Amino acid sequence: MNLVGLKKIANGCAGSRHSRSRRVLRHHRERFELEAESTADNRRDYRSMGTQKIFARRQVHKQKADTMDGTTISRGFRSRRQEQTPKNRLPPGQYVTTDFPVLSAGPTPQIKLGDWTFALQLGGSLLGKWNWAEFEALPQTTIKRDIHCVTKWSKLDTTWQGVTFDDLLKAVGLMEPPAPYIMAHCDGGYTTNVPVADLIGGKGMITTRYEGLPIPPAHGGPARLLVPHLYFWKSAKWVRRVRFMEKDQPGFWESFGYHNYGNPWKEQRYDGD
Amino acid sequence: MTATETAAQPVRRLEWQLAQVREIVVETYRVRSLMLHVPDWQGHLPGQHTDIRLTAADGYQAQRSYSIASPPEDELLSLTVERVDNGEVSSYLVEELRAGDQFELRGPIGGYFVWTVAMDGPLCLIAGGSGVVPLMAMLRHRERRNGHAPTLLLYSSRSPEDVIYRAELDAMARRDPNLRVVNTLTRKQPDGWMGRRGRIDKALLAEECFPPEQGPKIFVCGSTPFVEDVSGFLVELGYDPLTIKTERFGPSGG
Repeated sequence: MNLVGLKKIANGCAGSRHSRSRRVLRHHRERFELEAESTADNRRDYRSMGTQKIFARRQVHKQKADTMDGTTISRGFRSRRQEQTPKNRLPPGQYVTTDFPVLSAGPTPQIKLGDWTFALQLGGSLLGKWNWAEFEALPQTTIKRDIHCVTKWSKLDTTWQGVTFDDLLKAVGLMEPPAPYIMAHCDGGYTTNVPVADLIGGKGMITTRYEGLPIPPAHGGPARLLVPHLYFWKSAKWVRRVRFMEKDQPGFWESFGYHNYGNPWKEQRYDGD
Repeated sequence: MTATETAAQPVRRLEWQLAQVREIVVETYRVRSLMLHVPDWQGHLPGQHTDIRLTAADGYQAQRSYSIASPPEDELLSLTVERVDNGEVSSYLVEELRAGDQFELRGPIGGYFVWTVAMDGPLCLIAGGSGVVPLMAMLRHRERRNGHAPTLLLYSSRSPEDVIYRAELDAMARRDPNLRVVNTLTRKQPDGWMGRRGRIDKALLAEECFPPEQGPKIFVCGSTPFVEDVSGFLVELGYDPLTIKTERFGPSGG
């Protein structure tokens, strides 16, 4: 499966075509929103379609689960893992990889730094906006964290540099967050929702360096949201805009059956986990 | 319906269920299809995947995701698995698992990389290696439902021995004038090979795909480098990025 969003073509446009690129971007956003809405409806219909069947079978399933004590031993299966990862480092159902797999729902947008901006919004109003040079001039923080993808891989001790949400709020003159939730909006139309409590106090940042180098486009560069204590789809690639919201709303994967919050330690992979 | 209402709806957990292996189909020297009886299966859409969970006698567990190869119309659920070198789960599934064995599974998962006959066409499916699996679910569904959407499968494999579902795909294409299957072999071509040679590049895409004006629905599935290359070429050729859906099989030791 894929983790990060729909793409658009506007970013690759040269400066002289900027207004056209904006129009294209708006056009794509609108189309994306329409599509997201209709797919959310589809999902609901699809899920409710099977409801009766699930309900009727639930009883049978429960009995079965009791008799097998909840798990089934897979004949002949054993661990082949060499490395010993301390249990407190690895959430349930995860395994350690040294690769950095890429998961995206569409093509990787190629973004020119000259066209890049990042904005903070409260609802529809602008709180602050930076171009690349201005963003680079904000206070920089470096953190080392383990990251956990919902597709089961975890990567330990990854180092990221960027601007924390605390510093972003300070930069727009706010002493505290203006609303309890955010929606991150990305190039390509991808979105994800995060409670603000999971971003402040040094928990989240807009990151522009991975292991000391610019983040490669396939991994979300130039800038990605980083919320390392949640499943990694929350750390949205190609982030361009963070919108504070009074009410929580599901983002892209959250509308396709993935968990609304995504705590790896509680194994909140999918709806209802 | 607004997004907020969606979030507020009570949701039912995807429970772990027991899948019983009815049959194992040898697809290639490193690929097997597991034909599974899953009594509680709620149905799925072509392109979706499942999580599976294996438990060792000492309690060690491992989970992985595998794409569904069977269409929703079939009674058995089929997962096609490629053995990854040193992959503890894929090696077990390909080499150890036998008919009659059971393991745990939950799903279906994913609602974006899906296609049904109701979504119509033209349909452009582009696969690298075992990336063909979720696309096969779409093709099988299309056939079971007598779908007529003009469809192309552009399928890149290393060698003739690596082509998954070869006989079935050939037969499908022979029966259906609206389906074209184009194979390309990247490393080894047999004598007299009439198909394409080499990796899928921009020229090949320009020649074989439905033109951008026809607004094809495009699904690309394969390794990360494969998907990065192909989707990048498609954008350069003028296809709307929003019509290109991708699924990447990470090199994740599965």
